[in-house]
Amino acid sequence: MSDTAAKVEAKASAISDQVAIEIQNMNKWYGTFHVLRDIDLTVYQGERIVVCGPSGSGKSTLIRCINALEEHQAGSITVDGTLLSSDLKNIDKIRSEVGMVFQHFNLFPHLTILENCTLAPIWVRKIPKKEAEETAMHFLTKVKIPEQADKYPGQLSGGQQQRVAIARSLCMRPRIMLFDEPTSALDPEMIKEVLDTMIELAEEGMTMICVTHEMGFARQVADRVIFMDQGQIVEQNEPEPFFNDPKSDRTKLFLSQILGH
Amino acid sequence: MSDTNANSTVAFVRHDTIPEREPPLGERGLIKWLRENLFSSVTNGVLTVLSLWAIYLILAASLPWLLNGIWDAPSIRDCRTILDGARGGCFAVLTERWNQLLFGFQYPSDQYWRPTLAFILLFVAFAPVMFYKLPRKLLIMTAVYPFLGYWLIWGGSIWVPVFAAGGFVAGYMVYRQFITRSFAIAFFGAIVGAFVFWWIADFITPVLANLIPIELEFVKSRQVGGFMLNMILGVVCLSLALPLGIILALGRQSSMPIIKWICVVFIEFVRGVPLITLLFVANVVLAYFLPPEANFDLVVRVIIMITLFAAAYIAEVIRGGLAALPTGQYEAADSLGLDYPQSMRLIILPQALKISIPGIVNVAVGLFKDTTLVSVISMFDLVGMIRGPILSSTDWNGVYWELFGFAALLFFIMCYGISQYSQWLERQLATDHR
Ligand SMILES: Nc1ncnc2c1ncn2[C@@H]1O[C@H](COP(=O)(O)OP(=O)(O)OP(=O)(O)O)[C@@H](O)[C@H]1O
Ligand SMILES: [Mg+2]
Repeated sequence: MSDTAAKVEAKASAISDQVAIEIQNMNKWYGTFHVLRDIDLTVYQGERIVVCGPSGSGKSTLIRCINALEEHQAGSITVDGTLLSSDLKNIDKIRSEVGMVFQHFNLFPHLTILENCTLAPIWVRKIPKKEAEETAMHFLTKVKIPEQADKYPGQLSGGQQQRVAIARSLCMRPRIMLFDEPTSALDPEMIKEVLDTMIELAEEGMTMICVTHEMGFARQVADRVIFMDQGQIVEQNEPEPFFNDPKSDRTKLFLSQILGH
Repeated sequence: MSDTNANSTVAFVRHDTIPEREPPLGERGLIKWLRENLFSSVTNGVLTVLSLWAIYLILAASLPWLLNGIWDAPSIRDCRTILDGARGGCFAVLTERWNQLLFGFQYPSDQYWRPTLAFILLFVAFAPVMFYKLPRKLLIMTAVYPFLGYWLIWGGSIWVPVFAAGGFVAGYMVYRQFITRSFAIAFFGAIVGAFVFWWIADFITPVLANLIPIELEFVKSRQVGGFMLNMILGVVCLSLALPLGIILALGRQSSMPIIKWICVVFIEFVRGVPLITLLFVANVVLAYFLPPEANFDLVVRVIIMITLFAAAYIAEVIRGGLAALPTGQYEAADSLGLDYPQSMRLIILPQALKISIPGIVNVAVGLFKDTTLVSVISMFDLVGMIRGPILSSTDWNGVYWELFGFAALLFFIMCYGISQYSQWLERQLATDHR
């Protein structure tokens, strides 16, 4: 018990009062289909947020709006002080500050692991190749696959590919990381290696938004858990109260299904 | 232990190793191969025998014709006299008209070294593009080649190609200057820069040509012919059609409706029209539309038409490659902050082009062979030379097989080379280990 208390303490101290992402009254439609409705969300620097909810509830759409992979039609999104508008300059700036890890890794199959990791630093950040390679090796070591640097993505296992994808994002030295179900395309034995990487990242104080159904991960690292349904944020709370004492019926139903109660 | 061994019929222990033996006679070497591949069943056996018979018939007819051929005779009549009724080809036409077949019948014969040199340098220019492991410095040769090649084949003052190249350099420098600000400004600035340079160069060229006269004998486009013309058309049109096809394919995917619409209309129109029609347009119709003083070289007009034609096909092939890429690749590139040109150049196109290689090669081979269609608009390419000056001459009237066989052989060598290269390239680029 005191252990968790200490953990909460540590968590709370890592979060600064600096706002990293500010979403105000954001709405999105696919054609006439209202996917996201009146989303309000403030994420502080260093905060770790887990988003969960039933399939089709708009979780992916929400985090894809944050780095403008999807366009929103109403409301505002401010990332690290930059307002997301249709201005391409702003969009590219935000994207280079926000790392994203996808469900299906999306590594570049025609480039080696090292090239995957150095491409964006070299071309977007204009870092010299040598330096970019050193950074890449640093992060590949961190995700524990430096020896694979010269292989191609197709030669790695799913878990290894996902760790490369995380390293690739980190090489841009992002201030915020977005994860869209990073483990749901993996075999069970590989899930742990990816989660461990993410936990390590979380412990270093990276601002993270993770869409995931790994509730163990949520309990261990999240500062806040957000439950979405039908395009709305239905409930958000710290993990302890969220899991032990959900307020909304929809959350209760979802948790009972996913935790198999 | 030996007890149990002796008593039991089930238990078994081997104490010695069986030495290796050769497989039975019918199961090794040639006999095995023949049996498995040629005579594995009755049908297969019958087909094998029939095929052998067909091969025999073909060889029996063609070998004497090839081996017994006459390589040295002034005319077809002399050929026939020498052969004296025996079977044999009259290949003397190839030796006698060799230069005409390769260079056309009007290219000054003391200048044949020029196209020959251009042909050799062509390989030097293409090497760094085709074999990307060669040092990148060699690309300078590739950049210089279009101007050098033009000068070698057409000749004239060296200042014309030098200033033509200068215009591109000027445009590039303007581009470099403005690219940090905006792509559009840099792009149009580069075009303006290049044209201003050419406009000024137009005045300087004649003066310089008088002061420092470095020049080769000028050859008119009408004098360019033979297989050289096929090579020029094939190489130039393909080199231009590939980038144009990429631009069209990307344009067709564009989210900007006007650009998309222009590309779609262009592609669909050009694909819907036979090449021969476009060539007639180049030959006759364009002359009506262009102002009379715009004395547009026929070769240039034909190059434009064939390029547009090939570009439309290449665009469709590449569009297929683009469509085959998972959207995740676009999203990953976007999410890393790469802008549109970067993500296309570094992520999307390398993969899409790799997928498109077989299709592009298909178009390339087809285009190369289609260059012979210019003989229909009375240009004297290899086929035009054969059908025109050579076959209609009294000396060689009637040597169809030898001449057209030679043309076929030349085209086959080129096209087979392209095909082999593309297969090699595909193997080199296979990194996805599927
Ligand atoms: N490109 C699109 N066009 C139209 N509708 C879409 C599009 N993408 C998603 N949708 C719809 O929007 C809704 C939300 O999708 P989203 O992918 O955000 O759900 P999700 O919560 O991530 O679900 P999952 O857990 O299955 O990934 C779904 O109903 C989906 O069908
Ligand atoms: Mg999703």
